[in-house]
Amino acid sequence: MKSAKLEARRVLTLALCGAAWLALPNGAARAQAPAPATFSPPGEAAMPTGPFGDAVKLGENIFRNTPKYAPQFTGNTLSCDNCHLDGGRLANSSPMWAAYVAYPAYRSKNKKVNTFGERLQGCFRFSENGKAPPLDSAVMVALESYSFWLATNAPTGAKMAGRGYPELPKPAQPPSYQRGQVVYAQNCSLCHGADGAGTAAHGAVVFPAVWGKNSYNWGAGMSTINNAADFIQANMPLGMAGTLSAQQAWDVAAYIDSQDRPQDPRFTGSVAETRAKFHDNPLSLYGTTVNGHVLGATAQ
Amino acid sequence: MSRILRGLVIALTVCLGGPAISAAATPPQASECAACHGANGMGNQASGFPALAGLPSAYLQAQLAAFKNHERGNAIMGGMATPLTGPDMAALGDYYAALPVPAGPVPPALPAGPGADLAQRGDWQAGLADGIPSCDSCHGPGGAGVGAQFPRLAGQPAVYLAAQLNGWRDGTRKTGPLGLMSAIAHRLSPAQISAVAAYYAALPANTANGAKP
Ligand code: HEC
Ligand code: HEC
Ligand code: HEC
Ligand code: HEC
Repeated sequence: MKSAKLEARRVLTLALCGAAWLALPNGAARAQAPAPATFSPPGEAAMPTGPFGDAVKLGENIFRNTPKYAPQFTGNTLSCDNCHLDGGRLANSSPMWAAYVAYPAYRSKNKKVNTFGERLQGCFRFSENGKAPPLDSAVMVALESYSFWLATNAPTGAKMAGRGYPELPKPAQPPSYQRGQVVYAQNCSLCHGADGAGTAAHGAVVFPAVWGKNSYNWGAGMSTINNAADFIQANMPLGMAGTLSAQQAWDVAAYIDSQDRPQDPRFTGSVAETRAKFHDNPLSLYGTTVNGHVLGATAQ
Repeated sequence: MSRILRGLVIALTVCLGGPAISAAATPPQASECAACHGANGMGNQASGFPALAGLPSAYLQAQLAAFKNHERGNAIMGGMATPLTGPDMAALGDYYAALPVPAGPVPPALPAGPGADLAQRGDWQAGLADGIPSCDSCHGPGGAGVGAQFPRLAGQPAVYLAAQLNGWRDGTRKTGPLGLMSAIAHRLSPAQISAVAAYYAALPANTANGAKP
């Protein structure tokens, strides 16, 4: 979606406080405030009954508690809902009703036309740090049924306002780990922990991990700082969405995406080679050196 | 608090039989607190006095300090907290945090309806910036509390819970990290406040016996 634009951008590398920082290019100005969403998915009470209703309900359960309802395909403690708020219903939190009608579509990530099912498989492999469920598996059928139902009466192939996360304008200053660390300590560590591991209570994950072994891996969309910045500015801190400045969102995104996390499942055996093949993008810090440490070299 | 009221409180405590735990293990003020918060620290549903037992010590201390410096306005508790020193607050906080929270009784049917919806799913009708995240997403499953900063809501008296939400709305309660709870309270309607307060009041404070709200 965004990668084609990014590839076309001029890359400028600068070193800041010992860390190799990749500043954003002077590309075309990014989109401003998104158009308000006009579509609303059906309410919970309208959920169908019968065998199709059962599939929709299972899909919602998987979406809201992935480690519990799809354990065989999940390798961390994240649920889809952690990044697609309100069970994938919320405009500007990459809602499923807008995604469902946007596929099949070409993706530069794997250089082919992807069906919606293949798109979901990618989420399991990267965001969930797990395994792709087979396209005809009960898990996949349930998630597709749930998304299909959320998209009831949505026009196929139309550009839906509220799709994805609103693209932030490029920051005035290159994203900074040091400033991001301060933003994190003040606005995020209360819930996600100083160590990024999140918070569990009474045996349940309450605040999800933003780095470390229980978080998304180095192949996930969230591991590139533009995606993380877009998500964070629109969704975090929980309950205070939109209170960070664009600069703060970029800075804190760079900070969390400069921490160790699970290896990219496409790892070739060499960090440099994996970077060249899959992270040839100034917005991925994989394989770069931050505070004397090569990101991805000791992936968890 | 006036000396007369204080005397009254102590007299009441004595009438109620005093704290169950030996005086040696308890801070000296706890016998006064027991008059309203109960000898077992479980509060009083009928009068709307909150349970203190099992709440995080850091949270309790912060509230006592806030009553004292009027960040949290309440005539009764302002009077109770004013004479307390930092070490007194620490001793009281540790004492109540360590009191056990009795399990159950589990209601035969868990409450459903708008209060349960708000607690478990939130209300995002207004979109991201003005939406209400589910209460459980910060207060934990079943409102059981999370860490030192997100207090337990389960089993607290409904009038107490509603009074706190209204307190943030009218500015008498200003406490809390990042202004999170103030922001959320301001987005709640009066109907939502009474529904969600009734919901949490109906949940058992301790579900250790296997109940899964
Ligand atoms: C760590 C956060 C995270 C988790 C967990 C996550 N996603 Fe995503 N998801 C994203 C991001 C970021 C994007 C957009 C980035 C991109 O284009 O690569 C995205 C994109 C998508 C899209 C495409 C949206 C569109 O409009 O094209 C779908 C569909 C999707 N996710 C479904 C899921 C499902 C289903 C799960 C659970 C199995 C899940 N996601 C888990 C972060 C996450
Ligand atoms: C009040 C608690 C709270 C605060 C403060 C908070 N978050 Fe979150 N965060 C959450 C919760 C809860 C979720 C999952 C949302 C859901 O499931 O509805 C989440 C999800 C996330 C995710 C996606 C899931 C993951 O673990 O990767 C990221 C990234 C994130 N937050 C980053 C941040 C950043 C950066 C900040 C500070 C600017 C922040 N959060 C502040 C509670 C919080
Ligand atoms: C005369 C009755 C009374 C007495 C005695 C009393 N309290 Fe309270 N307490 C209350 C009331 C009423 C509230 C609710 C105040 C509000 O609405 O803000 C309260 C609230 C509290 C809270 C806040 C709880 C929360 O969950 O935020 C703490 C802490 C507390 N009291 C501690 C004490 C301590 C310690 C003592 C003894 C030194 C004490 N109280 C004595 C009536 C009393
Ligand atoms: C984004 C996180 C967050 C969410 C979501 C949230 N709360 Fe809170 N809540 C807090 C924090 C933090 C405190 C502690 C405030 C303090 O320290 O004074 C709190 C305190 C409270 C208290 C006071 C408890 C006491 O013992 O005095 C009540 C009542 C309350 N919340 C109700 C709710 C309700 C009802 C909802 C859902 C509509 C909700 N909260 C959602 C963060 C949250």
